[in-house]
Amino acid sequence: MGIVTPGFTGRRRDSSTDLPPGQYLTRDFPVLSAGPTPKVALDKWEFTITNETGDVHRWDWAALHALPTRQVTVDLHCVTRWSKLSTTWEGVALDDLFEGIETAADYASVLSYGGYTTNLPLEDLLDGQAWIAYTYEGDDLAPEHGGPARLLVPHLYLWKSAKWVRGITLTLQDQPGFWESLGYHNYGDPWREQRYWGD
Amino acid sequence: MAAVSEVRVETATARTLVLDVPGWPGHDAGQHVDVRLTAPDGYTAVRSYSIASVVAEHGAPTVGPGASTITDGDRIEITVEPVVDGEVSSYLAGVAAAGDELEVRGPIGGWFAWRPAQTEPVQLIGGGSGVVPLMAMVRARTAAASSAPFRLLYSTRRPQSVIYRSELERRAADGLPFTLVYTRSAPPGWARPPGRIDAALLAATTFAPDEAPTCYVCGPTPFVEAVADQLLAAGHDPGRVRTERFGGQS
Repeated sequence: MGIVTPGFTGRRRDSSTDLPPGQYLTRDFPVLSAGPTPKVALDKWEFTITNETGDVHRWDWAALHALPTRQVTVDLHCVTRWSKLSTTWEGVALDDLFEGIETAADYASVLSYGGYTTNLPLEDLLDGQAWIAYTYEGDDLAPEHGGPARLLVPHLYLWKSAKWVRGITLTLQDQPGFWESLGYHNYGDPWREQRYWGD
Repeated sequence: MAAVSEVRVETATARTLVLDVPGWPGHDAGQHVDVRLTAPDGYTAVRSYSIASVVAEHGAPTVGPGASTITDGDRIEITVEPVVDGEVSSYLAGVAAAGDELEVRGPIGGWFAWRPAQTEPVQLIGGGSGVVPLMAMVRARTAAASSAPFRLLYSTRRPQSVIYRSELERRAADGLPFTLVYTRSAPPGWARPPGRIDAALLAATTFAPDEAPTCYVCGPTPFVEAVADQLLAAGHDPGRVRTERFGGQS
């Protein structure tokens, strides 16, 4: 236990809920982005997966929607300490997108419209752990929350769930992304409280 | 580990806390700290606050505008506006007093930051307590004797809610182009009726896109969304618009 702050009692919200260490519950959906919200026209939208030899797989908006729609209900954990429980999304499983992709790579670099990047091990994108999401609570995903489509990797801190996602590049070497180069943890597991470098 | 050494009243609700943090490694203007409070039964709560002060470097002025906000190496200042139902902000802005101990971790964040090596024009646009990291940048510019052109546009609800008013007026008199916008009520005789920042005001008071400023926009999420959209519509390069949003958090 840390030093006691005189006169501080706190509000004790929902202490029965099992949250990752250092998180608190919110019912809002806060927005955190490093720059302006990009506006991406659906007729120009595309998503690509590029393997380590440079082979590119491409989906336009219609092709993405031609894949099976998965509905998932997941908890979100933001490194700024809010958690939001039982959020429902629809989108495409990365497992379906990776069907037929040849790769020996271990790492993925995610690129967004607007230039944002994040990195994670490829295995964290597979086996029912990640989606390209295009609806939130039944509505089209709003631009400030990453619409038209964002990556959703809810077992890691939310900065890994890149908004406005436009592609994934597979690499043999791990390449730190935007926040990962600015002091935030390279992996970002909320249950191990991997917020910053050195955690 | 940090100790509150002084609490300054900024407005009816906002307070600046001066914190002694032994071993503080220094920071860039715009960075923030995590403040952790611990209750007697072990309950803890942590929130992030922008650092308002700059740390003195060799050669930094110790007199003149803002000198009091250039702190020695182990001291930082945060300015806290309490949010509704905010367990940490209401404690810091309402209860904390000189001598109290709390825990501080930082500095954190390297994107929404200004460094003296930057020489391009800098457009600062703040809403409410979003002015805090922008104030740190203005102070850092002075401390570093930088000649980078700065402009500040600060939107707040009403005259009583202006944080750092006397310092901002002093800096404006010393040449900082500074525009205050009231959204709810303005003093008698104020030229612009109360209202949000719009395209005409941006065109009249901020650096034009062809001057290629780096824009720092900080405030509540709807404010930042609206201002950033207007900057892009005016022709600013999205890569030169840096944002920091708050809201939905307490």
